[in-house]
Amino acid sequence: MDIVTEALIAFIKIAVVLAVVSLVVAYLTYLERKIIAHIQMRLGPMRVGWHGLLQPIADGLKLFLKEDIIPAKSDKIVFILAPIMVLVPAFVVYSVLPFSENFYITQVNIGLFLILAISSLGVFGIVMAGWASNSKYSLLGALRSAAQMLSYEIFLGFALIGPLMLAGSLNMQKIVEAQSGGWFVFYQPLAFIVFFIAALAETNRVPFDLPEAETELVAGFHTEYSGMKFAFFFLAEYANIMVVSTVGITLFFGGWMGIPGIPLPGFVWFVLKLATMIFVFIWLRATLPRYRYDQLMRIGWKFMFPLVLINIFLTGLIKYLFL
Amino acid sequence: MELPFFYLFSAGIVITSLFMITRSNVIHAALLLVLTFFFLAGLFVLAGAEFLAAVQVLIYSGGIMVLYLFSIMLMNVQVAVRIRQWHRQRFFAILILLVLGFEIWSVLGKGVFPKMKVWPWKLGATPGNVEALGSVLYTKFVFPFEVVSILLLASMIGAIVLAKKKIDS
Repeated sequence: MDIVTEALIAFIKIAVVLAVVSLVVAYLTYLERKIIAHIQMRLGPMRVGWHGLLQPIADGLKLFLKEDIIPAKSDKIVFILAPIMVLVPAFVVYSVLPFSENFYITQVNIGLFLILAISSLGVFGIVMAGWASNSKYSLLGALRSAAQMLSYEIFLGFALIGPLMLAGSLNMQKIVEAQSGGWFVFYQPLAFIVFFIAALAETNRVPFDLPEAETELVAGFHTEYSGMKFAFFFLAEYANIMVVSTVGITLFFGGWMGIPGIPLPGFVWFVLKLATMIFVFIWLRATLPRYRYDQLMRIGWKFMFPLVLINIFLTGLIKYLFL
Repeated sequence: MELPFFYLFSAGIVITSLFMITRSNVIHAALLLVLTFFFLAGLFVLAGAEFLAAVQVLIYSGGIMVLYLFSIMLMNVQVAVRIRQWHRQRFFAILILLVLGFEIWSVLGKGVFPKMKVWPWKLGATPGNVEALGSVLYTKFVFPFEVVSILLLASMIGAIVLAKKKIDS
């Protein structure tokens, strides 16, 4: 009986997280269109519902009903598997994210490491999509994406080592609790900057959206996709933005922990911080131009990589001498 | 509780690796190898080595195999598919299979690890095997660890030098 109730509770938690995340991800597309529109002095979607609030649902329905085209010379199995391969890791990662002090699906002692490992699989979907489409634009987009994500994964991981050394644990919940004395962003500003840049590149966001640079590559790796498969790539992109944002606020901004003196529940703090982080992602898209490919690689290897190594060295030195 | 999962993962490894070596399309083979790594990571988790499992997924699947796919994607797979896959060397293949199979069977049959009832990382009162691994790696095994680091560094520099020469000439 005990194991049955436990399993039931786990399933309910998973269902709740999946449903909420899918809905939020769908509305992130709306949020992005609205914010960019207002930054550019437009109104954005206004027709469907009040101020276009039902637009994501209309879009979803449209994508459901659209014809699902599989190119004749594509590798059909890989072509169908690719969007799934992108979406599944993006959602699996939510199993270890701490949403509040007592709401999370599970806690494992390799939490953060598991997140890095699982999210490193997303690149497979992109590579598979690019190759299976049997189209030049898709293949070039996939190649760029693979090189970019592989390189920036390294900086992302190394940037997280600084706060990890302070927290002394890979468990996400313990990392949050370790920040009760002060958020790690104050101790690790360098690591946060590198983390944020790497996160932008990992999620293929402006200014690092080279894999889908429309002026050169039509739409990059998902050029040949339509209907629900296309929607999967988009859902995965926004789900990944939420994941990196959550990792960012968990490691640098104290996760669900609030500012002392303001009594708000942990979940509200979490949502507030997440919303701010995502707003910055969208804000940057409306502001910055795209980097060139060689610039992207130069920034990464010649600037950010030495920076994170110095950060780790300094953190270790200070921790050894003063703590 | 662990036994059914053990059989599930082991069956997964056997089936995916069999499929992997029989595909004529290299990309399919590479993707099946990723699946094999996944099941292997599952086995590591069952053995209580979560850190190793995560490393398996992160380094092998997320790192090395992506690079493999990266280079395979650039070659013409259609040509490779048309090349004859079986080379009519069945006699030698079966002979080697029998010899190797007998060797493995006799070694495993004796039981290599009959005394290891408890896994090493479960012995001490360590909080989790990440901490245990870290402390062992930087105290007892710090010299081999550093030697391996230098070895990897040397091979990396070698690879860069080799690649650079080709670009110049």
